Amino acid sequence: MTALTTPARPKHDAGLQPVPWRRMAWVTWRQHRATLAGVAALLGVLAVYLWLTGLQIHHAYATSCHPASSLACNINFTGRYAVSVNVARVLLQAVPALIGAFAGAPLLAREMETGTFRFAWTQGFGRWRWTLAKLVLLAVVVAAAAGAFSVLFSWYLSPFSAAGYSIPFATDVFDLREVAFTGWTLAAFAIGALAGMLIRRVVPAIAATLAVYAGLALATALWLRQHYMTPLLTTKLSLPASAWIVNQWYTKGGKFAFGARGSQIINAIQHYSCNSSNLSPAQCLTQHGYTWWASYQPGSRFWPFQWIEGGWLLALSVLLIAATVWLVRHRAA
Amino acid sequence: MNVIEASGLGKRYGSTWALRECTLAVPPGHVAALVGPNGAGKSTLLNLAVGLAAPTTGAVTVLGGLPPGSPAALDGVAFVAQDTPLYKNLSAADLLHLTRNLNRRFDQRYAQSRLGELGIPEKRKAGQLSGGQQAQLALTLALARRPQLLVLDEPMAMLDPLARHDFMATVMTAMADDGVSVVLSSHVLTELERVADYLVLLSQGRVQVAGQVDDLLASHRMLTGPAAGADTYADRPVVHVRRGEAQAHLLVRATADDPVPPGWEAHPVSLEELTLAYLREPGASALPGPVRGRPAPRESGQPSEVTR
Repeated sequence: MTALTTPARPKHDAGLQPVPWRRMAWVTWRQHRATLAGVAALLGVLAVYLWLTGLQIHHAYATSCHPASSLACNINFTGRYAVSVNVARVLLQAVPALIGAFAGAPLLAREMETGTFRFAWTQGFGRWRWTLAKLVLLAVVVAAAAGAFSVLFSWYLSPFSAAGYSIPFATDVFDLREVAFTGWTLAAFAIGALAGMLIRRVVPAIAATLAVYAGLALATALWLRQHYMTPLLTTKLSLPASAWIVNQWYTKGGKFAFGARGSQIINAIQHYSCNSSNLSPAQCLTQHGYTWWASYQPGSRFWPFQWIEGGWLLALSVLLIAATVWLVRHRAA
Repeated sequence: MNVIEASGLGKRYGSTWALRECTLAVPPGHVAALVGPNGAGKSTLLNLAVGLAAPTTGAVTVLGGLPPGSPAALDGVAFVAQDTPLYKNLSAADLLHLTRNLNRRFDQRYAQSRLGELGIPEKRKAGQLSGGQQAQLALTLALARRPQLLVLDEPMAMLDPLARHDFMATVMTAMADDGVSVVLSSHVLTELERVADYLVLLSQGRVQVAGQVDDLLASHRMLTGPAAGADTYADRPVVHVRRGEAQAHLLVRATADDPVPPGWEAHPVSLEELTLAYLREPGASALPGPVRGRPAPRESGQPSEVTR
């Protein structure tokens, strides 16, 4: 065949040394520093707010709340800060979703939308390695930032937990705590990345990320979390405040009478039978020969639950990132 | 070693075949032009060759048998995609740095001196450069990788005539200095005449013409003669017949040595005439290998064959 009149050129053999992984550090930083700055700004502003109000909250708790049932505590601590803590609990739920939508979803969707993937994926580094390096680097940074932030949130919340206003299992607090929050942020990022690769357009990918994340978070809080470990059963009326009552029902003579859903029945019975007394429904019904049953998760299971939730979210994130890399490698443009 | 070799290559998007039964071998050391109307499958073929797409049927290899997208193929093939997509928010210097990080070789000195010659400020963001400058920047990034094969998809579509000239000058310089093989797609025929020395004509997803431009031009003649005699001419294979009131123009496969029938005049053809004639006759083909008999214009649908 025609001979190439080429100056000395490296031989291409099968044992070609790949471009070193570390080179992606600069590439990732340079291309995504604006995104990282956005995440840092979001978490930073919230962290400053939590830090400043947290100092006040801690001060108020230390000076007024010994004991926590005192009137001073009620006025200076609870009355003053309950609203801002509740607002923070609601607002922070959105943080992982925002990170997933604005850091995760555009990562590949923008490359596809603007056509720059044709540039990036034909470089010597190789497209699946490029994708894996970017996703892992950014996922680790984002998860670490979320982890640090959730430690601050736990400190911020601790006086309220100590005063008994917030049980650790509360739906709107549990997923903001250390391990779970890190896991949710990581999962949101991975959901965003996969959505971006599947949908290939930035805005629809952001919308899909928000929808999927909200659905998953809601399903977990409503149906999944209570099943992490088999609940304990009790008939004792005095459960510790930290326990998370999953279900409760009444029996009479060894037979099921009605469940917690029968609140109208409970109210009716209490109204007619124990109207004069100051008893709780359960106490009233117990006096009338019913047995109160509760299945519950004791407060001591908080950390096991955190690790279970963090664990499956980590596994899910790894799966989603693997799926994204697989798509980049095998599903051609 | 062929820089691109395809056999029975086909690509289907949904239910539409963008490319089918494509059998092709582009030898090295050429500027090969991939020509065809819009939708002929040019971009598809190039995307398959650089590994951005996977074939539905058949196979394609680059640089003498490397699978596209393999580490060795990525290392030796540089690609400038249609509309030269670059990261618009990165400066020229950052794009150089980025490309250097993503490749085993990168000739930083070459890249910087090219930018200097082109008057592209290194601090300027890619998005703020003119279309011509963006194309030149993308080309510089590709050439600084010191590839063996440079693949350009419609590199001149968005450029004005001056920018086109400058762009092709850069390509030709690299070709001459460095021996890089070039495959470029275009539907701008006039531009190609100056630069291409190998032609691949793609039509309706099939290869219709492939060969060195000199050979193709030497083996085709334009015959002009009486319109009445157009149908009786049978000395050499006729590719295309264009009839006027009195005269007919026949593009035939004939060399300058072939006898011209009485009453007829023979002219050499230009690349553009040749290309247009074949585009108007999708059934005709001119492919390397044993010369076929009269390529009957109505006998379409046969797979192109290459015997080497």
